[in-house]
Amino acid sequence: MNTLPLNTAPASELRIEGLRASVAGNVILNGIDLVVRSGEVHAVMGPNGSGKSTLSHVIAGRPGYEVLGGTVTLDGVDLLSLPAWERSRAGLFLAMQYPTEVPGVSLEEVLYESLTAAGRPRDEVRERMVAEAGRIGFDERFLSRPLNVDLSGGEKKRNETLQLGVLQPKIAILDELDSGLDVDALRDVSRRIEQATGETGLGVLAITHYSRLLHELRPDFVHVLVKGRLVAEGGPELAVELEQTGYAQYIADDAANTVASAGSGLGRLDDPFADHLA
Amino acid sequence: MIPLSTMNPDRAAALGGPDWLQQRRVAAAERAAASSLPSTDEEVWRYSRIADLDLSRFSFGAIDAAAGVPEGLQALLDAVPDRAGLVVVRDGRIVHSELEPRWAAKGVVLGDLSAAEGAEGILGSVAGEATDLFGQLNDAFSADPVLVRVPPGVTVEGPMVVAHWTETPSIAVLPRLVVQAGADAEVRVLDIQASPDGVEVLVVPFVELDAGSAARLHYCNLQVLGDRTWQIASQSSTVAAQATLRSFTGAFGGEYARLRTDCRLAGQGSTGDLYAAYFGTGDQTLDFRTFQDHAAADTTSTLLFKGAVDDRSRSVYTGLIQVRPNARGTNAFQTNRNVKLSPDAWAESVPNLQIENNDVHCSHASTVGPIDEDQRFYLESRGVPPEVAERLIVSGFFDDVLAGVSVPFAESIMRDLLDVALGRAPQVAG
Repeated sequence: MNTLPLNTAPASELRIEGLRASVAGNVILNGIDLVVRSGEVHAVMGPNGSGKSTLSHVIAGRPGYEVLGGTVTLDGVDLLSLPAWERSRAGLFLAMQYPTEVPGVSLEEVLYESLTAAGRPRDEVRERMVAEAGRIGFDERFLSRPLNVDLSGGEKKRNETLQLGVLQPKIAILDELDSGLDVDALRDVSRRIEQATGETGLGVLAITHYSRLLHELRPDFVHVLVKGRLVAEGGPELAVELEQTGYAQYIADDAANTVASAGSGLGRLDDPFADHLA
Repeated sequence: MIPLSTMNPDRAAALGGPDWLQQRRVAAAERAAASSLPSTDEEVWRYSRIADLDLSRFSFGAIDAAAGVPEGLQALLDAVPDRAGLVVVRDGRIVHSELEPRWAAKGVVLGDLSAAEGAEGILGSVAGEATDLFGQLNDAFSADPVLVRVPPGVTVEGPMVVAHWTETPSIAVLPRLVVQAGADAEVRVLDIQASPDGVEVLVVPFVELDAGSAARLHYCNLQVLGDRTWQIASQSSTVAAQATLRSFTGAFGGEYARLRTDCRLAGQGSTGDLYAAYFGTGDQTLDFRTFQDHAAADTTSTLLFKGAVDDRSRSVYTGLIQVRPNARGTNAFQTNRNVKLSPDAWAESVPNLQIENNDVHCSHASTVGPIDEDQRFYLESRGVPPEVAERLIVSGFFDDVLAGVSVPFAESIMRDLLDVALGRAPQVAG
C-alpha cells in the first residue's frame, strides 16, 4: 500500500457493485464489483475486448452506454444518476485514452469553468497550471494551445495529468494511460499520480492492457477483467504473472464457464470503444 | 414589371446632387422600372427568401433624415477608438463626417463621393453595370454615396469607420461605399450596418473595393441589423497585381440578410482573403453567395466562412471558384463550416468549382452538423456544465476565422457579439 493521505481530508471510496452495461444492445460489462479507496492504486488488466474502456466510460458517464444494473457510488453519492459534469464535481476524474482535440478552447478556460461550476476557488489557475506543468515536465508553451490540438500522444497524457493535478479529484480513472507515452513521459506522469495518492489521498483505478505502466505506477491491487467480469484479483505479483503468461489461461477458463452457463443471454462481447491498436 | 409606387425616376432625380449623378439615377430608375424581382429559379437566389419580399411596402427616395450621430450607434463607435476618420450615414444621408487632418493633408479622402475629384468615373468602376434589379435600385436611389480614397504610397494608420443607421419605419435605404486604395497604399475600413429592432426597413448596401497594384486593402463589414430589417447586399472587389484584399464579414442581425461577394483577382500575383463569421438566432435567415474569380496568373484566394445557427434560424452558403483560362498558377481555397445548435435550425452549403486551366491548386470543403459529441463529453468530464461547454466549443469554433479580422478593434466587437448570441453578455448595439 502507498503512503496514506497526510492531509486531513476524510478518506474517500469509489464503490462499484454488480455493474452491468451494454453498448448498442451488446452486453459488455457483466457484473463488476470493485472498491477503490483513498491512497490506493488499483489496476484493472485485461485483453482486448474485455470491457476495460467501457468500464471507464460508464463510470464517467460517456453517452452511448446503457447501464443494465448495479450501482457506482463515490462517498455514497450515486454517480450513475448524475450527468458527467456533476460526476466530476463529485470528485471523479477520467484521464482519457485518446484525449479529444477541442479547437479554439484553452486549457485555462476549461479549468477555470470547472472550478467555478464546483464553487471552488479558481484564483491563480494559471499559476497552478504552471506549477503542475513543471512537476511533470510539460512544456509551458503548450498551456496556451487549444486543448490537445497538435499535441503528440505523450503530450496529451501529460496534459491529462496536469488537469488531474489542478482539479485534485478524489478518485481518478486512468484509461490506458501508457498508450502513446514514451518511457520518460510514463515515468513523469506515474510519479505525479503516485505523489497525488500521498498528498491529496487520490484513489486510482488504472485500466491497462499491458503491465508496462505498472512498472512505473505501482499498484496495490491488480484485477483481471475478461469478457466483462473480474475473474481474478491479487497484489502486484499478479501483474508480473500476467506479463509472463498472458491472458490465455483466464480466457480459456472463461470459455469453459460460458459453455457451462450457456443460454445466459449474453450477446457479442466486443467493445466497440476498445483500442484495436493495443 | 415591379410595382412603381415610390420607385420612380422623379423621386430618384429629386435626391439632388450634381447633374451627372441625377442623370445616372434617372437612367437607372428607368431600367429598374423595366426589371423584375429575381426568383428562386435562378441558382444564385436558390434557397433565398426573395419570394417573401414585397418592395411596394417600402418607400424609396428622399426623406428627412434626423441630424447627428444616432444614439444606437454610440456603443459601437466607442468600441473603435483611435479612428483615422468617421462617416455616419443616417437613413441614407451623411450626417457626420470627420477625417484626421494629417490624413487629409496627405490627400486621403473620406466622405461624400459626389464631391470628390473625378467622381463621375468612380461609381460602378468595380461593380460594373448593374446586373439585377437591386443594383439598378442602388444606382437610382443611393442618396449619399461615400468614398474612401487613399493616394498611392500612403498607409493610413487607424481604422476608417463608415457607420450606417437606418431607423425610419418602412423606408428603403441603398447605401453605396467605394474604397479605393492607390498603388502601394494601405487602408483599413470598418463598415457598419445597423438598425433598431422592431422596425421594418429594407437596406440594399453596395460596396466597391478597388485595390491598386501592391495595395493592402483591409475591409471589415459588421452587420448588426434589427430583427425586422431586410438586407440585400453586394460587395464587389477587384485586386490589381501584387495587391492584397482582406475582407471580413461579421453577420449577426436582420430578419433576412443576404450578402453577395464578388472578388476578382485581376492582376498577376494578387491575393484575396475572404472571411465571414455569422450567427443566426430566432427566425432569421442569413444568406451568402460568393464568387472567387481568378482572372490572372499566380493569384491566390482563400475563403473561410463559418457560421452557427440556433433556434429556428437558417443559413445559406453557395460559392463558386472560377479559374479563367489564363490564370495559371492559381491557388484557390473555399471552406464553409456550419454548426447547428438547435434541431429546428437549418443550414445549406453548396461549394462549386469551375476550372479552365490545368496548372492550379484548388480545394473546397463544407460541413453542416451539430456540436461534436466527443468535444462536449471531454469538457463535461472535466466538470464543465453542458451550457458552458457548448459556449466554449462554439466560441472556439469561430477562433480561426476571427483570426482573419485585420481591422483594429473589430475582432473584439465580433467576440462580444458572439458572446451575446451565445447568451453570455448583454447586448452591445441596437
